[in-house]
Amino acid sequence: MAFAVVKERYSSKVNEVVLGATSEKGGTRSHVIKVGGQTTLPYLHFEGEVPNKPIIAMEVTDVEPNWPAPLKEMFKDVYNDPTAWAKKCVEEYKADVIYIVLNGADPDGANKTPEECTETVKAILKAVGVPLIVKGCGEEEKDNEVLTKIAEECAGENLMIANAEQENYKSLAAACMVHKHTLIALSPLDINICKQLNILINEMGLPLDKIVIDPMIGGLGYGIEYAYSIMERVRMGALQGDKMLSMPMVCTVGYEAWRAKEAYSEGEEFQSWGEQSFRGPLWEAMTAATLIQTGADILLMRHPQAVKLAQKNIAELMESNKY
Amino acid sequence: MALTGLEIYKLLPKKNCGECGPPTCLAFAMSLAAGKASLDTCPYVSDAAKEALGSASAPPIKLVKIGAGEKIVELGDETVIFRHDKTFFHPTGIAFEVEDSLNEAELTQKIMEINGLEFSRVGLQYEVDMVAVKQTGDAAQFKQAVEKVAAGTKLALVLITEDPAAAAQALEVCTGRNPLLYAATESNYNDMTELAKKYNVPLGIKAEDIFKLSDLAEKVIALGHKDLVLDSGARGTAQVLADLTQLRRATIKKKYRPFGYPTVAFTTAEDPMEEMIQAQVYISKYASMVVVKTSAKHFILPLLTWRQNLYTDPQKPIQVESKIYEVGKVTADSPVYLTTNFSLTYFSVEGEVEGSKVPAYIIPVATDGTSVLTAWAAGKYSAEKIAEVINSVGIADKVNHREIILPGYVAVLSGKLEEKSGWKVIVGPREAAGIPAFAKSRYGK
Repeated sequence: MAFAVVKERYSSKVNEVVLGATSEKGGTRSHVIKVGGQTTLPYLHFEGEVPNKPIIAMEVTDVEPNWPAPLKEMFKDVYNDPTAWAKKCVEEYKADVIYIVLNGADPDGANKTPEECTETVKAILKAVGVPLIVKGCGEEEKDNEVLTKIAEECAGENLMIANAEQENYKSLAAACMVHKHTLIALSPLDINICKQLNILINEMGLPLDKIVIDPMIGGLGYGIEYAYSIMERVRMGALQGDKMLSMPMVCTVGYEAWRAKEAYSEGEEFQSWGEQSFRGPLWEAMTAATLIQTGADILLMRHPQAVKLAQKNIAELMESNKY
Repeated sequence: MALTGLEIYKLLPKKNCGECGPPTCLAFAMSLAAGKASLDTCPYVSDAAKEALGSASAPPIKLVKIGAGEKIVELGDETVIFRHDKTFFHPTGIAFEVEDSLNEAELTQKIMEINGLEFSRVGLQYEVDMVAVKQTGDAAQFKQAVEKVAAGTKLALVLITEDPAAAAQALEVCTGRNPLLYAATESNYNDMTELAKKYNVPLGIKAEDIFKLSDLAEKVIALGHKDLVLDSGARGTAQVLADLTQLRRATIKKKYRPFGYPTVAFTTAEDPMEEMIQAQVYISKYASMVVVKTSAKHFILPLLTWRQNLYTDPQKPIQVESKIYEVGKVTADSPVYLTTNFSLTYFSVEGEVEGSKVPAYIIPVATDGTSVLTAWAAGKYSAEKIAEVINSVGIADKVNHREIILPGYVAVLSGKLEEKSGWKVIVGPREAAGIPAFAKSRYGK
């Protein structure tokens, strides 16, 4: 008998989400970027459409990054200057988006004011033309203050703002709605909380195509398989018509991968793992690439070499495999 | 084609002895219909019934073994498309390619490097599986290389040649090793199948595309050889992904017999890092074995880590033993951290304690391998339970002080725990990542 290709038919698709806004839409970005829109499981071009490739956002912090030495070393000429850092990521490493993390807002750290944080974001908006993702320092109260200020001051730019959580989503959702930004909804590796949070945010009036899911991944070797399976289920939910799971997915790859000692440990005692200079970037790239297999749409990354590997992987996967 | 559970049930012995695993014949019939059991496990089924059930009773993907003695690699025998549907059973075999053109010294060096690919991390041991010898010159050169590799490693062997004469010579020098012979093609399949049958070894078959693979597989099966490993011939990442998905789907969803065998994928990237990423795609998407060229440790460790992660049973979290662990050069004054026995939780704590440079004891409480908050919510991480562990594990004999550090997320337990255990409870940081700062401020000199 002759083999007949087995094709699945899905009833729905992933929402298409737009990042950034050009001058026609009230922003200053040189171009917008679209993610999502898939009508099939990852890269099965033979049975559906993958209209947008996953994108890579490179991380820039507003204060000297608290990163492992070998990673930090890669940005030694720019890490004290967020705008120069952002420019380098875009121009030299071809980052699709800049992911700015405002660690400087931390009340236990530099404790920068909302105005100072807004300055930094505006400076980066001026320095680069790509869309921006903006994350707070992680201290809820301060983040609400800082991020709502930024949302207001940067109205029209269609930033992607992180993070709304189950216990803290109202101010950010309202700010995104009023000032027309996109919101990242973070849930702790739990598909039910993920769905519930999207419902709550949507009920506030933020449209579904202004929400992106952060499933809170684990890095390679540290629970990545939980994220892998949850993301597979989220994507399947989207294709089968579950509107509250139909958002594109964003993954904090750089943060998680570089927490692993397998990524950053160097020297004699780690010789049995080989050279850090190869192992480290590969650890991050491998984390990204496995999640790309679940349908990750936005990868938040750090190391230039890992970024390059992920870009190459994406380019290969975007080639047609139609029968 | 596929039979229903009831159709199968009619042909079973109906003893309800339970020796096959499921409690009743009907339950067994249902498992067979779902492709989750094999007819071989029933000791009483008649030959006539076996015949009648034929392919319907066989698992969707045949189990194929490569190697012999110390190193036997099992491929295939998978039942699901997504790991969360059940689990993936047989981790992708990784074969390291060695060309027969290497000189004596290079070959020895390469084999040493491959043999050295054993890793230990987070309490787990990672090993590699196979060495694939590839023919690039004449039969004599190939034979010589196979002989040397066979002598130099206990890993399972793969013989990569499409020349039956070279294959015959190579098989002669590794009898008893049960190598994979790769590959039978449209032009040589008669001779290669004969060889595989003669030496009773598994046979790889390679076609130009997935449709031709189907035809070729049928021809080889018709010749009576059934230990096969399939290669659709695709080499581009996206096309291999599509083909591997088709091979898996056709067997699981359609019980398409010509594809009911393990699969093999070959990487093509020249850059070793790119090669590892490519191999990752194939491991993620159903390849039963992958042949790679890179064999340096720093490239292989991330790949093996992903393989281990992917093949972890989603229903059985990996656990560590509940006992006292010592990190660094502990003394009687070292701090004592509490956590759970979920291996991920434990090793996150261990990693951070190690990073804090303050030697310490860690006591994971047995919570059936659940994380701190999960165990707490399920009542498996209660003050009573923790107190019982502290008082039975013998930590009191190891330290002079009477202080224990509780994960910050369960700070609420501290009062009751002090009362039950008689130890002073210090509330630690919520995330393990906070341990170095915590240890430094509290115990740093």
